[in-house]
Amino acid sequence: MNALKLDRRTWFVIVLLAALAVLPLVAIATDNDYQIAQFRRILIFAIAAVSLDLILGYGGMVSLGHAAFFGVGAYIVAILNWHAAREVPLFGMMLGTHNVLVTWTAAAMLSGALACLIGLVSLRTSGIYFIMITLAFAQMVYFFFVSLRAYGGDDGLRFPGDTVVLGVIDTENDVAFYYLVFGILCAVLYATRRLVNSRFGLVVQGCRENERRMKALGFATFRYKLACFTLAGALAGFAGALFAANESYISPSIMHWTRSGDLIVMVVLGGMGTLIGPVVGAVAFLFLEKTLPDYTEHWMVVFGPILLLLVLFARRGIFGWFLPKEDRHGGGH
Amino acid sequence: MSLLLFLEQTLNGLQLGVTLFLMAAGLTLVFGIMNMVNLAHGSLYMIGAFFAASFTQWTGSFFLALPLAILSTFVVGVLVEAIALRTLYSRDHLDQVLATFGLILFFNELTKIVWGPISIFMDVPPLLAGRVELIAGAPYPVYRLAVLGVGLAVALGLWWLIARTRLGMLIRAGASNREMVGALGVDISRLYMLVFGLGAALAALAGAMAGPIYVVEIGMGDAMLIKTFVVIVIGGIGSIRGAFVAAVIVGLVDTFGRIVPAQLGLPTAIAEMAIYILMAFVLFFKPTGLFAARA
Repeated sequence: MNALKLDRRTWFVIVLLAALAVLPLVAIATDNDYQIAQFRRILIFAIAAVSLDLILGYGGMVSLGHAAFFGVGAYIVAILNWHAAREVPLFGMMLGTHNVLVTWTAAAMLSGALACLIGLVSLRTSGIYFIMITLAFAQMVYFFFVSLRAYGGDDGLRFPGDTVVLGVIDTENDVAFYYLVFGILCAVLYATRRLVNSRFGLVVQGCRENERRMKALGFATFRYKLACFTLAGALAGFAGALFAANESYISPSIMHWTRSGDLIVMVVLGGMGTLIGPVVGAVAFLFLEKTLPDYTEHWMVVFGPILLLLVLFARRGIFGWFLPKEDRHGGGH
Repeated sequence: MSLLLFLEQTLNGLQLGVTLFLMAAGLTLVFGIMNMVNLAHGSLYMIGAFFAASFTQWTGSFFLALPLAILSTFVVGVLVEAIALRTLYSRDHLDQVLATFGLILFFNELTKIVWGPISIFMDVPPLLAGRVELIAGAPYPVYRLAVLGVGLAVALGLWWLIARTRLGMLIRAGASNREMVGALGVDISRLYMLVFGLGAALAALAGAMAGPIYVVEIGMGDAMLIKTFVVIVIGGIGSIRGAFVAAVIVGLVDTFGRIVPAQLGLPTAIAEMAIYILMAFVLFFKPTGLFAARA
């Protein structure tokens, strides 16, 4: 295939991923190594934002509680690590573990299971009710962890974060861990792209456009939406697991409801329903969050109205501006 | 639990309930009539409290400050509606969530700029200071009783407004079918502005009265906002009656949720979670709440 014939969308993706790929090398060359953990955090939030895009952009489900799944994933990794380090049995029988095959899988599975439970109740409703219910469930989870005194409660939980992934990659090694997260992000982007263009993905998008029609066509729409919601929850939990490994410290504040709001902002800022857009959104959001305070302590007073203007005038998001006109209706292609 | 503690906590629960009702009454109408998600309602609660604190300082009287705070917040509410929210009514819920999320950030920060980051402690007005023995052996703060009384009076007034006046009739009609009301020649945008202003005034009243009980601080509206959502969802969007019933239930459940588990030796984690569990339970059986305005 002739590389020159690639469309703008593909070029954008290539340039973006290439830029993310050389980022740590640039940081090292310019003596900014200390920022690599910061960059990893951006990639991790990008994964969480992509997972939210599955339900928000493709499923049309406005969930205001996505940070809960992220937080639960992070807590599971933290708790298992904490038990392993202290050699205190969990539930009086099993020991904790540092093995990421166990901790990261458990994080994704349990967040997915929680998403499934929450989805079972929430997806019975729609519209404003759905927004409120996802928010309320997230609050429930948030307060649950706030009141877990054994694991630090409000103050959060610090745990030994030195983990070796599959006997190869040490999370203490800044650059190696960065490329691991980067590789995971690429894999997630590839897998979700395949998913949204699959039969399953098309049915979910059909539900977004007109659920009644999909029902009339004989699809069990509830099941499709629930599966999508569960999957997004599991993926967010997985991102949370990476976050815990990155920080070696977590507190309930990562699942505060404003964090769910931040995730929505990332998705819409970058371009909803495009998968790559949320990655751009996460980069832009965390960049603004880091740099705006340098100009004014009261940066939120600027950032709030920016959101309003974004909604009113730039609904397609950053990625949307790069797409040719006919591509601009969002959704999978 | 002793009987005295039970009665005292019931009063506390009712008082939280009426405060929640003041918040929920306006917001449920905004949700119901304009089909609009407004996350910034908690900001109006906070602004009302800060206005009340400042006006109390300037005028030296809480009772003068209260109407001034309500009026100022009414003006803020109407301005916000005219500048930012009006264009959002026709947008989808996601846009509304994002835009009003931006408004929360804006108002929290603006409040910090204007009033500073330090919490303000308001004194209970001298006239309402002290305690009264409603039940022998259980002295109860007069101020909290006054809040309860004002809340109930406003609830009654709202019922009259909604059920007995022409404006109320339009509001009810708007909650069940706003296109039809517009088609019948009612100036919908003025109705919207009035409803929004009314909601802002009620939120300000709730915030101003809460000032002396809790503490006036940045972000005080956020926690209240989410409890208000729970009330609205349980009561059914657009229903004032539902909001009242749900507010009382949520107020009582939240208050007793903090005491009962500890006394029964259950984990205290249930305390903050109680109202959300209640909500999940209600919605599982009635996905549109107890008294949905729109069938």
